Amino acid sequence: MKKIVHYINQFYAGIGGEDKADHKPEVREGHVGPGMAFAQALKDEASIVATVVCGDSYFNENIDSALPEVLDMIKSHNPDLVIVGPAFNAGRYGMACGAVAKGVSETLGIPVVGGLYPENPGADMYKRYGYFLETGNSAAGMRKAVAAMSSLALKLLRGEEIGSPEAEGYIPKGIRKNYFAKERGSKRAVDMLLAKIKGESFTTEYPMPVFDRVDPAPAVKDITKAKIALVSSGGPVPKGNPDRIESSSATKYGKYSLEGINDFTSANGETAHGGYDPVYANEDLDRVLPVDVLREMAANGEIGSLHEYWYATVGNGTSVANSKKFAAEIAQDLLAAGVDAVILTST
Amino acid sequence: MRLEIGNINIKDVQLGNETKVEKGVLYVNQEELAKVTGDDERIASVEVYLAKPGEETRIIPVKDVIEPRVKVSGSGGIFPGFISKVDTVGEGRTHVLKGAAVVTTGKIVGFQEGIIDMSGPGAEYTPFSKTLNIVVKVDPIDGLHQHEHEAVVRLAGFRAAAYIGEAGRNVEPDDVQVYETKPLLEQAAEYPNLPKVAYVYMLQTQGLLHDTYVYGVDAKRIIPTLIYPTEVMDGAIVSGNCVSACDKNPTYVHQNSPVIHDLYELHGKEINFIGCVITNENVTLADKERSSNMTAKLVELIGAEAVIISEEGFGNPDADLVMNCRKIEKKGIKTVLITDEYAGQDGASQSLADSTPEGDAVVTAGNANEVITLPPMKTVIGYPEVADVIAGGSAGSLKEDGSITAEIQVITGATNELGFNYLTAKGL
Repeated sequence: MKKIVHYINQFYAGIGGEDKADHKPEVREGHVGPGMAFAQALKDEASIVATVVCGDSYFNENIDSALPEVLDMIKSHNPDLVIVGPAFNAGRYGMACGAVAKGVSETLGIPVVGGLYPENPGADMYKRYGYFLETGNSAAGMRKAVAAMSSLALKLLRGEEIGSPEAEGYIPKGIRKNYFAKERGSKRAVDMLLAKIKGESFTTEYPMPVFDRVDPAPAVKDITKAKIALVSSGGPVPKGNPDRIESSSATKYGKYSLEGINDFTSANGETAHGGYDPVYANEDLDRVLPVDVLREMAANGEIGSLHEYWYATVGNGTSVANSKKFAAEIAQDLLAAGVDAVILTST
Repeated sequence: MRLEIGNINIKDVQLGNETKVEKGVLYVNQEELAKVTGDDERIASVEVYLAKPGEETRIIPVKDVIEPRVKVSGSGGIFPGFISKVDTVGEGRTHVLKGAAVVTTGKIVGFQEGIIDMSGPGAEYTPFSKTLNIVVKVDPIDGLHQHEHEAVVRLAGFRAAAYIGEAGRNVEPDDVQVYETKPLLEQAAEYPNLPKVAYVYMLQTQGLLHDTYVYGVDAKRIIPTLIYPTEVMDGAIVSGNCVSACDKNPTYVHQNSPVIHDLYELHGKEINFIGCVITNENVTLADKERSSNMTAKLVELIGAEAVIISEEGFGNPDADLVMNCRKIEKKGIKTVLITDEYAGQDGASQSLADSTPEGDAVVTAGNANEVITLPPMKTVIGYPEVADVIAGGSAGSLKEDGSITAEIQVITGATNELGFNYLTAKGL
């Protein structure tokens, strides 16, 4: 029989309400509170071997110590799957369930099933880390939630294919997952086109993304006094690519000194970018990172100065998540260095 | 235009004294093939290998895959503008050595090229683990400029494929398929009650190792134009690109262009397939605007009611895809798009670099960032060390035991956007 550990808060463990929300983590053998209903729904395929209980306030206020403690308790029972909640629309409980799901999936690598009302703040923050069945906003939806969560948990334990969020009723994780389709792509496209022509319903395989739009910053007041920095996703790196920035799907960026560089040649710079013809950038990297022109402008007093470092990564195939991370770090560094304006070059 | 494709099913390939097809076995004279392939003073060496399905063989870095074909009747010859004169092709009869393929490999040009594994998990992702591959490893003389290096190897591959294709000239095919699209007004009149469908065929044209050629012309220098679907089957469109090999179209895929074949399946039954518009994916905004304007105009001009638009590549060409979609939909013409995704290794980022609400019907060929471990192989043809630098690999991709951990981006054809492969992605 498969083993499940259940995580619940102090309220569902029958310890008490808000006044007991500072309850420290504890583990009990077998099922507790709503675990009874789960145990019935799981029948003889899986059993709740232990229940970890923690007060919502205690968990959220002491997350650095409470989470490892909870994870240790879960781990000690060597489960095949973890159920958290359901937490419905209880915000702090939802956050705790989400954090436990993240911890379990990252450290134990086993699946997590939970239940959340879609507007629970834990849903948006942690939906990636487990299958969170969409529930009503209060415990009145307990029966329905237990049935749906148990059914999905059993599917996971049996190793069955998990369907789409719509089909299974879980909150979309926002994750794209590859699989092999029965028909090749061109045939699927022709079938979709036929449906579209006939006005029949069809399901797009990729709903188009919605982008963040960034308002342009106000103009620099006096460019002749401004310290200008160069940041590029065109892969301009010192000759030899010392940080071995990837030609596609970059996992890092580099910060490089411009000291002593007034002009790029094929001897001191190159591009690491694999998404465009690199020949012209390798001949003269000023084409991607216009240091020569900016040096002249600085000498002529047309700009205040050129920041002593440049920052480079490769935009080719690089995920938005990585790009955001690099940008946040680079922006901090620029602010610390008193840079007034940045020229962003791409390719 | 009416073209008969005679498929000669190749069940095995062997090296032999004479290049010929006998009872479904393709025999290749290694010395002759090497001589024809290497017939260029800029080539220093040519080596010939065989790689068959199920073998523990890896080919790296793969530049192009080409199907051996021969023009038996009708005007022109195979690969017009390169191997043959620039006569218009697409009529008459062409023989195909079905199941065989020429794969080109050799020293790396840039951050380029793909991997084909003939067995193991990587084999599931590439269509070319199922073909009987004649691998030509072509290395150029020293000091060759990158652009020239690319051209030398590209042309060598076409010579090799044309040479092998000749073996099928006088062989009775196992089956003959007929494909026909008539001149526009005639074609429109033939099936007046069926919806008129066209294919918008986007060609990668971003520069070195990102180029495609049409009748010998670099497609970045064309403005969008019309082409009969059968012209493609005779090699009117060939590949010069393989960077991020998962979603670049080897010549083989153009020769077997899957949207064209699947539209022909329904031609005269559910749709009236009236033709193809080929367009490019140049890097400047003016080029993108001009090409998408022309594409939308041509689609309207030929009277198409619906189109499939296929992309080649990702990122920058996403803008071309979106412009084509928006401008064609604005004319009241329905679109379905084929693309692939770069959603990050965890699949949690946005998959495309551009977006439009009109793009409501999208087929995806999968997330190219997904990571795979390719186990060590007994035989490696080529240069395994490039796994660390090709697009989709990273420092340390190649392990000491010969295994490679990298994104599926490195696998030739894994997320092909002409819809040649079965991989796709879903939202969890």
